[in-house]
Amino acid sequence: MREKHCDAVVVGGGSAGLAAASRIASQGYSVTVLEREQELGGILNQCIHNGFGLQRFREDLTGPEYAERFVEAVQSHKNIEVLLDTTALEVSPGSIHSVYGYSRHEGVTKINARAIVLAMGCRERNRGNIGIPGTRPSGVFTAGLAQRLINIDGYIPGKRAVILGSGDIGLIMARRLTWVGVKVLGVIEIQAYPSGLTRNIVQCLNDFSIPLYLSHTVSDIRGRDRVSGVTVTPLEEGKANSEGKFDLECDTILLSVGLIPDNELSRKFGICLNPETGGAFVDGGLMSCVPGVFACGNVLHVHDLVDYVSEESERCASFVAEYLAGTYSSSHHPMTAGANVKYVVPNRYLPGRDNRFYLRSLIVKNKAELLISAGGEPLKRKRLAHVQPSEMVSFELSESELAGIPDPPENKLEVSIY
Amino acid sequence: MKNELFVVAVVGAGVSGASIARKLSAYTCDTVVLEKECDVSFGVSKTNSGVIHGGFHYPTSLLKGRLEVLGNIMFDTLQQQLHFPFKRCGILVVAFTVEEMKTIEKLYMQGTANKIIGLEICNRERIHTIEPTLNADVVGGLHAPSGGVIEPYRYVFSLIESAKKNGVTVKTDFRVARAEKHNSHFLIHAENGERVRARFLVNAAGLYADEVSRACGAEGFHIIPRKGQEYLLDRNASGLPGKVVFPVPNPTSKGILVIPTPEGTCMVGPTAVEQEDKEDASTSQENFEKIFHSARRLIPKISERDIITCFAGLRPALSGGDFYIAESEQQPQLIQVAGIQSPGLTAAPAIGEYVKDLLKSAGLVLTERPDFDPMIDEVPRIRRLSPYEADELIRENPAYGEIVCRCESVSEAEIVAAIRRGHTTMDGIKFYTRAQMGRCQGGFCTYKIMKILQRETGMSIEQISKRGAESGLITGKVGNLTVQDVGKAAGEGKS
Repeated sequence: MREKHCDAVVVGGGSAGLAAASRIASQGYSVTVLEREQELGGILNQCIHNGFGLQRFREDLTGPEYAERFVEAVQSHKNIEVLLDTTALEVSPGSIHSVYGYSRHEGVTKINARAIVLAMGCRERNRGNIGIPGTRPSGVFTAGLAQRLINIDGYIPGKRAVILGSGDIGLIMARRLTWVGVKVLGVIEIQAYPSGLTRNIVQCLNDFSIPLYLSHTVSDIRGRDRVSGVTVTPLEEGKANSEGKFDLECDTILLSVGLIPDNELSRKFGICLNPETGGAFVDGGLMSCVPGVFACGNVLHVHDLVDYVSEESERCASFVAEYLAGTYSSSHHPMTAGANVKYVVPNRYLPGRDNRFYLRSLIVKNKAELLISAGGEPLKRKRLAHVQPSEMVSFELSESELAGIPDPPENKLEVSIY
Repeated sequence: MKNELFVVAVVGAGVSGASIARKLSAYTCDTVVLEKECDVSFGVSKTNSGVIHGGFHYPTSLLKGRLEVLGNIMFDTLQQQLHFPFKRCGILVVAFTVEEMKTIEKLYMQGTANKIIGLEICNRERIHTIEPTLNADVVGGLHAPSGGVIEPYRYVFSLIESAKKNGVTVKTDFRVARAEKHNSHFLIHAENGERVRARFLVNAAGLYADEVSRACGAEGFHIIPRKGQEYLLDRNASGLPGKVVFPVPNPTSKGILVIPTPEGTCMVGPTAVEQEDKEDASTSQENFEKIFHSARRLIPKISERDIITCFAGLRPALSGGDFYIAESEQQPQLIQVAGIQSPGLTAAPAIGEYVKDLLKSAGLVLTERPDFDPMIDEVPRIRRLSPYEADELIRENPAYGEIVCRCESVSEAEIVAAIRRGHTTMDGIKFYTRAQMGRCQGGFCTYKIMKILQRETGMSIEQISKRGAESGLITGKVGNLTVQDVGKAAGEGKS
C-alpha cells in the first residue's frame, strides 16, 4: 500500500476544502486534498446560475467561476498535493491520524498527518426522510440530482414537474427546468413563508408565472412505473385540511427539502456530533472532540451562502496552522444557544481574541434583537432587521467585548433572539 | 415460430420459483423459469421482511409448519454455496404480562414438538441480558437461537445465478397469458406473443398464482393480497437490537417486528391489511403511527429520525392460511405452489425439495447431473475488506478503487458484476449491490450508475429504467430541445 506523510489532510475538494487547503498551505504547511470526483470544485460545478461571491468578491459569479478562483489558488501552492478520483473510505485516529484514500489508479493510499480537516459537505434530504406516502415509481428526484443531470450530463428528467420545497435549489431548478422545456406546475412549501432568498422567488418563479403554494404539502404520490400525479394538501395551523386538497398531473417530482451534513467519515474518527446541526461539536478553533480533527463548511452545519463557507473554512485553516505550530489555545469556554436560537457554531469561544459565530433562529420576526449574555448578565446586543429559520445569522465578539468576562464557571456565554 | 421445448416450466422467479428451479438444476431435466417482470425477485420476494423463522409459530400438522422447520436448517449449507447475506442472529418473542407468558409457553411447547433445537423460555433478567435494548416492561419471552435474517432478493439472485450456471433458462418479461395442453405438453403463451412448450408446469406465480391456474385450465382458487408496510432505519441509529424481536402473536398476524438486517440496518413492520388490488403497494401515513408505536413498545429507542425509506409489499395469501403445494387435480402435470406467504422464505429450500418430489410422483424421471456445481463465484464487496485487502484487490481489478455509492461503500466493480449477471435496471443494481439503498437514496450515485450501465450494455440513456417497462428516468437531452419546446414550457402558465 502506498503511504504518504503531510502536515494536514483535507477531505473534500469543494468550496470548504479548497479555501482551507490554500490557507493552511500559505502558512508553510504541506497539505493533501482528497477529492472523490475527477475535478475540484464540488457542488459548485453544477451550480451554473449566478449569485455567488456577492459578499466575498462584491461580484456576481456563477458557481464554476466562484470555484475557479479557489482552484487556482490551490494550484498555485507547491505544498498542496491534490488526489483526484480518490475516496476517503477508512481512517485510523491517533496522535498521527491516517486517512485511507481509495482510487482506481493508485489503489489504497494511506496518508498520515497530524491535522485533518473534514470538508465533505452535505447531502440532500430525500423522500424517505420526509415520509411522503404513496407508490414508489421512478420520476422522484432530489433537486440537486436533477441539477446535476441537466447541467453536467445534459439529461432532462421529465416533462411535467412539481417541486416540493422552496429552498434555493428548488427555486433555481424551477427556472432551470422551464428553460429546458419542462413544464413546472408549481412549488409546494410546507411553511407559511418561502425558504429561499427573495431574489430567487422573483427571478425563478414570478418571472415564469410558476405558482408557489405556501402552507401546502404533497400528501400522496401516484403512478406504478413512472410518477403519474401528486395530491397537494393545504395545511391549516399545521394540520392537513383534506377538503382543500387537489391533484396535479405530473411525471416528475423534485425534492428541495433541506440538506444534512455528510458525516460518514467523522463517525469513523469517533467524533461527537451535534443532533441540532448534524455536524461535529467544535471548540472556538473549529476543532472537534478528537484532537487534530477540524471541520468546516457544510459538513459542520449547512450554510446559506458559499461566501460564508469560504470565510469559515479559512478561519478553520488558521487554527489548523496554530495547531501544527503548537500554539493552539487550550482554553475554550462554552457558547450555548439560548431562547429562540436553534443552534450556534462554534460551541465554544476563545477568550482574548476575536470570535465569529453563525446561528439559526427558531422564530420569524422583524426588528429582532440578538442578545449575548455572560453568566446571566447582558454582554452585547445587536439589532437584526429580520430573522427567520431559513436565514443564517452571523455575529462577532471582539477581544475587547470579551475583556470583562468573569472567571469560570460564570464565563459561559449564551446567545438569544428576542 | 418454433416453440422452445423444455421438460419443466416454472412460472414465477420469486423465492419459491427460484428454489424449485435451482433444485431441478441438479438433475438432467431442461428447465425454464418464466418471469413477468424484467428481473427476478421483482415481485413479492423483493419486499419480504427477510426473517428466517424459528419453527415455533405453526404446528407441523400444517404443511407450512413442516416446510418451515425443514427449510430453516438448510440455510447454512446454501449460504456457503451461494454467498448471500444471512445471519443466525436469533429471534425473541417478548411478553409484557403474565397472560402473555402463557402464549410464550404454548409457542415453546409447539416449537419443542417441532423438534426445534435450543429453544428456551427466558425470565425477565435473562431476556434483558440477551437483548439489552428491550423495553424495561418486558417480563420474559421466548428465545429461538436458530432464527435469523437474510437479504431476500440477494438469496433469489444467488439461486437463479446457480440455476443458470447449471443449465436453467430464465425468461424475463414473460407474462403468462394462457397455457393449453397438446399431446401431454403444455404450450405456454406470453402476453408479448412468445411461446414455450414444457411437459410439466410449476405455478409459483405468487400474487398471480390464481390467474395462472385459471389460464392453465386448473383450479379456481383466489389469492388475497395482504399488504405489509415497513420502514428501513439507518445503521447509525443507536439502541437497535441484535435479535429479531416479535411481540406475542395475535390470531391474524405475528405483529409488528423489529428486524436487524444482516447488513446492519434495521427494519420495523410489517402491517397486515387485506386488499383486492394486486398492484397497489402504496404506503400510507396512518401506518406510520401504528408501526412506530408498536415498534417503540418493543425497543424504546427506535426513532423516526433514523428512517431511510418506507415501502410496502403484498403477501399472496390463500383462504385457509396454509400453503397449497400439490399436483393439480384438474390439470395433471401441473404443480400448484400457491399461498406462499409467511413463513415462505424460510420454507423455500424445503419447497424446492417438496416440489421436486411432487414432479417425480407426477411422472418426471430425474437423473442427477454428474456435472452439477452447487457453488457460484463470490463477488468481493469492498466494504467488507480492510484497506490492505482492498489495495490488493484494486491492483487486480482497478474498478474496485472507484467508489460509486458512498453511503454503502459500493465500488464500480460491484456494479459491473450486477450488470453482467443480468441486473440492468436501477432497482436490480440496487438489490444486488446496495448502491442507492443507503441514507442518500441514490442522490449521489444515480448518475454514476447510469453511466456504467450505458457503457456496459450499450443502452441509450432513455432506456435506463428503475425497474423496466415505463419506469424510465430520463425523457430527453438538453441539446435536442427546440425553441418551441422551451417557449411552451414557459408560456403555458401565463395568462
